[in-house]
Amino acid sequence: MAHTETSQKASRRDFLYIATGAVGAVGVAGMVWPFISQLQPDASVLALSTTEVDISPIAEGQIVTVQWRGKPIFISHRTKKEIEEAQKADLASMRDPQPDADRVKPGKDEWLVVIGICTHLGCVPLGHQGAYDGWFCPCHGSVYDTSGRIRQGPAPLNLALPPYAFTSDTKIVIG
Amino acid sequence: MEGHSTYQPKSKVAQWFESRLPIVGLVHSSAIAYPVPKNLNYFWTFGAILSFMLVVQIVSGVVLAMHYVAYAPVSFARVEHIMRDVDYGWLIRYIHANGASMFFIAVYIHIFRGLYYGSYKAPREVLWILGVIIYLLMMATAFMGYVLPWGQMSFWGATVITNLFSAIPVVGEVIVQWLWGGYSVGDPTLNRFFALHYLLPFMIAGVVGLHIWALHHVGQNNPDGIDVKSVSKDTVPFTPYATLKDVFATCVFLLFFCWFIFYIPNYLGHSDNYIPANPMSTPAHIVPEWYFLPFYAILRSIPDKLGGVLAMFAAIAVLAFLPWLDTSKVRSARYRPMYRIFFWIFAVVAVGLGYLGSQPSEGIYVIVSRIFTVYYFVHFLIILPLLGFVEKPKPLPASIADAVLARHAKGGATVVAGAAAPETK
Repeated sequence: MAHTETSQKASRRDFLYIATGAVGAVGVAGMVWPFISQLQPDASVLALSTTEVDISPIAEGQIVTVQWRGKPIFISHRTKKEIEEAQKADLASMRDPQPDADRVKPGKDEWLVVIGICTHLGCVPLGHQGAYDGWFCPCHGSVYDTSGRIRQGPAPLNLALPPYAFTSDTKIVIG
Repeated sequence: MEGHSTYQPKSKVAQWFESRLPIVGLVHSSAIAYPVPKNLNYFWTFGAILSFMLVVQIVSGVVLAMHYVAYAPVSFARVEHIMRDVDYGWLIRYIHANGASMFFIAVYIHIFRGLYYGSYKAPREVLWILGVIIYLLMMATAFMGYVLPWGQMSFWGATVITNLFSAIPVVGEVIVQWLWGGYSVGDPTLNRFFALHYLLPFMIAGVVGLHIWALHHVGQNNPDGIDVKSVSKDTVPFTPYATLKDVFATCVFLLFFCWFIFYIPNYLGHSDNYIPANPMSTPAHIVPEWYFLPFYAILRSIPDKLGGVLAMFAAIAVLAFLPWLDTSKVRSARYRPMYRIFFWIFAVVAVGLGYLGSQPSEGIYVIVSRIFTVYYFVHFLIILPLLGFVEKPKPLPASIADAVLARHAKGGATVVAGAAAPETK
């Protein structure tokens, strides 16, 4: 070998190897991204991201289930008794303490809107059941109160609140 | 063939594993130490390009299947959904649609390379026949894939091709009804084509495995068409020599592929396939995808239904008999002066048939199609068998190393001394 000293220093060949490898890695990454990105919710799924609901037909004491992004949303038209129970409950005894006022819109105490998915493992709880007359999950026995807060059973969190707003006294838009 | 080195696991874990499943050794012997003839040119990179394209088609196809629905009332809209709604769906679909064409471009170069350098001759007959089987599976896969977007060309292409089987006497009509699952091409046809379109690529992958196994058992042919005599003098190890050459060629091929994907993604398609399938109205000018055109021209050139269908299938089947139709003992066209001329005439005829298949079936086109169709079969059935007896081949080099050195001697005078003294075996 005429150039034995090059084996010690970085040679042109080393540079070419690294440069080629770098360009190759960028190219592969650039090609892999579209194949991962395609797994995301597509435009037709995103287009369904808001749901408008007319709440005027919902009678007092009735819970209606609507669909938003493929999930059940419980809209509960609460009675005076239910509101009172929700407001007077002892926060200290709760696993995920949250006052009822934080779970409804101001001045709309009679309307509770929650995502109807048990925070344990994703089943849909049954309305007007359980020790607190809120919701009861048939899968593993989680019990929610009339504000959708977890009171008994394995679920760690309260029923989640979807983003929603009243567009009028009788209409809400979820999402 | 004995390779350049054998795999010796160093660590205890590797030894333990190798004695139970010698897969690392298999990879080492077939992709690293495997001896590659020194004189291979870039036409020998198309095997790697084809393997790569098979992977591209399977990966992009599996992803498309995640978004596609094989149900006649919605399939056309689902493809548009992929194009407009799915993240990068347009890219993945264009990769898959143009990938099919790239696959065929590569396979045609691969086949013509085999024809030119006599890669089908002993001991590579089984290797060659496995290749013909892969080619047939590719055609079936591509045809059924083209039906899935459920556009006008999909529908009428499916109608015409399935109706080919109605030419079979007596049972033809029944077979066609079985293919359709009804009395015309319809939703059951679409569903079964989708199922088979998903299945066949994996069957191709299996036959490719056999193809490579057979290749590595008998060794690669080479541009001089002579056997490896000395592994150390005539060959180089697969890695890095063939590996990097294959990677480089694949990159160049990808540039060509990308040009189609990003600049002319619909150039090889047909605009009528953006019209939803309509069983009540056939497009005015119906043509198959470009890679079927030579066979389509053969089909149309024969003025008899059964005859045309038989000629079309025979045009493919004849390839499987090529190892016995070609009677010459010399493989490479480099040393076959007459075959070289007939090879190029055949190449022009084959491409010409492709052009004729794209033209309307009338006037001069019909006459030229008939002449070319006759020549296609004359080439295989008359010229090749006779040529082996008539032709006087040029003298073959003593070894691959001699051939390489002799070629270099022509270019630069420095290695003349090496070439001038061919070793005696």
